[in-house]
Amino acid sequence: MNGLLSVENLQTEFHTEEGRAVAVDGVSFTIAEGSSTALVGESGCGKSVTAMSIMRLIQSPPGYIRGGRVMFDGRDLLSLGEAEMRAVRGNDIAMIFQEPMTSLNPVLTIGYQIAEALRVHRSLGKREAWEAAVRMLELVEIPDPAERVATYPHQLSGGMRQRVMIAMALSCDPRLLIADEPTTALDVTIQAQILELMEALREKTGMALLLITHDLGVVAEHCEQVLVMYAGRVVEQGAVADVFAAPAHPYTRGLLRSLPRLGGSGKRLATIPGMVPPLDRLPSGCRFRDRCESAEAACAASDPQLQECGSGRTMACPLWCELGSLAATESRP
Amino acid sequence: MLAYLLRRVAGFVPLLLGITLISFLVIHMAPGSPVELMTDMNPEAGPEIRQRLEERYGLDQPYHVQYWMWLKRIATGDFGRSLSSDARPVIDKIKEALPVTLLLNVLSLFLVISLAIPIGIYSATHPYTPADRATTVFVFLGFAMPTFWLALLCMLLFGVVLGWLPISGLKSLDYETLSWSGKLADRAAHLLMPVTISAITSLAGLSRYMRSSMLEVVRQDYITTARAKGLSERAVIYGHAARNALLPVITILGLSIPGLIGGSVIFETIFAIPGMGRLFYTSVLMRDYPTVMGILVIGAVLTLLGNLLADVMYTVADPRLRKR
Amino acid sequence: MSTWQRLRSNRLALSGGIVVALLAFVALFAPWLAPYDPGEFNAAEVLQGLSRQHPLGTDGIGRDVLSRMIYGSRISLLVGFVSVGIASFIGVTLGALAGYFRGIVDTVIMRFVDVMLTFPTFFLILAVIAYLDATIWNIMVVIGVTSWMGVCRLVRAELLSLREREFMIAAEGLGMSPLRVILRHGLPNAMAPVFVAFILGVAGAILTESALSFLGIGVQPPTPSWGNILTEGKDTLEVAWWLSVCPGLAILITVLGYNLLGEGLRDVLDPRLKSR
Repeated sequence: MNGLLSVENLQTEFHTEEGRAVAVDGVSFTIAEGSSTALVGESGCGKSVTAMSIMRLIQSPPGYIRGGRVMFDGRDLLSLGEAEMRAVRGNDIAMIFQEPMTSLNPVLTIGYQIAEALRVHRSLGKREAWEAAVRMLELVEIPDPAERVATYPHQLSGGMRQRVMIAMALSCDPRLLIADEPTTALDVTIQAQILELMEALREKTGMALLLITHDLGVVAEHCEQVLVMYAGRVVEQGAVADVFAAPAHPYTRGLLRSLPRLGGSGKRLATIPGMVPPLDRLPSGCRFRDRCESAEAACAASDPQLQECGSGRTMACPLWCELGSLAATESRP
Repeated sequence: MLAYLLRRVAGFVPLLLGITLISFLVIHMAPGSPVELMTDMNPEAGPEIRQRLEERYGLDQPYHVQYWMWLKRIATGDFGRSLSSDARPVIDKIKEALPVTLLLNVLSLFLVISLAIPIGIYSATHPYTPADRATTVFVFLGFAMPTFWLALLCMLLFGVVLGWLPISGLKSLDYETLSWSGKLADRAAHLLMPVTISAITSLAGLSRYMRSSMLEVVRQDYITTARAKGLSERAVIYGHAARNALLPVITILGLSIPGLIGGSVIFETIFAIPGMGRLFYTSVLMRDYPTVMGILVIGAVLTLLGNLLADVMYTVADPRLRKR
Repeated sequence: MSTWQRLRSNRLALSGGIVVALLAFVALFAPWLAPYDPGEFNAAEVLQGLSRQHPLGTDGIGRDVLSRMIYGSRISLLVGFVSVGIASFIGVTLGALAGYFRGIVDTVIMRFVDVMLTFPTFFLILAVIAYLDATIWNIMVVIGVTSWMGVCRLVRAELLSLREREFMIAAEGLGMSPLRVILRHGLPNAMAPVFVAFILGVAGAILTESALSFLGIGVQPPTPSWGNILTEGKDTLEVAWWLSVCPGLAILITVLGYNLLGEGLRDVLDPRLKSR
């Protein structure tokens, strides 16, 4: 499948005092035009680093993209010059972040910050860009946009600030929006509003969405495709409906089992035993085998690669790939 | 904004009281009254003359009465008369000397700000490069430099050996005969060394501070946001980071004012500049205590005004403080 | 890594430490190291240049500059340590009172700090020294009394944050007296930044003393201090440059050494400030 964005064997590492840590180790996936994809996993699994690598916003030092390709619209973003890459950022691919309280510059008006992208990418004049900023605020349903445009971030609530971030990101009609845990820092009611707004705007503009989250409920409700990451690798990939109905990789099953359900059986929530290992102390063979309930001796011998397991699913566990259908029955309480 | 300013100024009142009290105590707790010094010089002065002098200066009153009297007088700008031979009003002497010191310090501050900020930004955005390391070396040298010694060596090199710059005073003997451009050049030549050398310590400190402030700011989330928008590195650094990094620097500038004023004693003495520092030094040596107290108070008031200015600048630069 | 290892791997701090140690050695063994008596003058050898007999030449009345420099290091270190000791004592005491009792005590002390910070302190030092006579003890006391404010703020801030922590609350809950709690539990925790401030303060005090000497109201001749050797040499700068250059360099290197050691210690003891 040739999608809008195709990440191939991406590798990003960080150099620290203790040595090298490979945060993203051979990640591959594809995002179709106008689709919505979720990237899930525990904190520290490399979700954000993957997103920042696509945008080429990894701070270096200490971070370096060591290999792979990021094909966007037929071009490899990793081989672009810095000026060409800047023309992509905020224009073709936009990004919003987790912390609305700190993601906006405190000394500049929100109007200025929204208008800035338009002035850079659309060469609009000051006045036109300002007017466009007002329209963007209207689009993200901020009341009194003509007045709010001249306010400073500290005068807005967290939810409002995240709307401003969305307005800023969408100002140049990007074809892909990367949202890195956009609602984690917000109240539950505001979370739902922001997600609905993003969904509505996605339908309106036809952009694709890469949503990074650890909230599986959000994934089920808002996304079509899901990528499950563990310790710098994608371990399972497939359509959200399929994966949720029949999670195949032991890690995915663990994640889904730890999700509370309304009307559940009342049994204690299952958790995955142990913790994510530090990146410089990964076990040999399969990275998940220390915590895996179905680990065998063979798991220590070889590092499982992503493989096709039928119906558009790929995953990195040879044991369960064959037993994919069995998993469906087992994961249901 | 106005209310904020008024509140700040009101906060200065206790500070001013404290300053005047300490100035007063310092001078009056010292052994040896000024009258003694005056009469020591004159073998014919008997006890009656002493007493008359003490009455004239109110020195026979208890300390708290003296303080109160003095406070009332300085509130009206009356710092008394100098005990030196000219016996002029202290306020007149200060009025003559103050503009010179202000000129020197304002020029020096201007030099510090216009160099320290770009240097700090550059070393923060190019950390651990040879240029950054060179600034680090400069910063440590600048901190450790006995500036009077540097002034001495510069005078020897540029003034005596090379003969490029005048080494004392504010103007040449033939100043009045010069054209206006000649006057300007003459002034600049006289000010160049004192201003540059007095800027060095603050320059070192401020560029270091700007560097660390900038390193702190470029780690912030909003800088990533600005980069994610596709802004050039230049726009990110100067448009987004620098303004935030300047905020703490403004405070430091305000705090550096007492040091600058104190330092003017040394520079004005070395370069024979007739400013407040030199006036203070000569007054101290002559135990001209009305002048000493006057300058102590004026110096502290200048510092307060400097802090107020820094506050105002901070409020202008940081919208979070504006509407409160 | 241990504190000591980290300090050793910090090259700047290490070189600062070497300078500081070397200087302490020179000051301690001055009588054995100095080739001549620092006060002994020889009218036949006035303003001699650098030679084998007099490695740093002689001064205006024929005294050996090297010997005077060696003895001068004692004065610089004495002034540095005693005045900063006084400043630290005042600062720690007032800071601990303010941070522990808070309320009105804190307000009064901090207003006092504000007043002192508003003074051009060099003016104050000058005024006091001129009135009190410029003996070395007066100089040390005055420098100490005008430079305690930083330490005071430091200790107060540290105690205010410590107060919120469990062990202070526990100590109070056990009915320990306030003084005991401060001495046994509060202060030891605030010592690392105070120690850094102490080392940096020594550098500042040495500079201040030399500036006072330069103005003729520092340590008085014939006692040799780097400041007054430099000052005595300034009039003969054109014919005998070594008289001014040597003490100036000595001050520069000493202050640099203490600053480097202090900054290095700060990095090592307080990783939060590492970016500075």
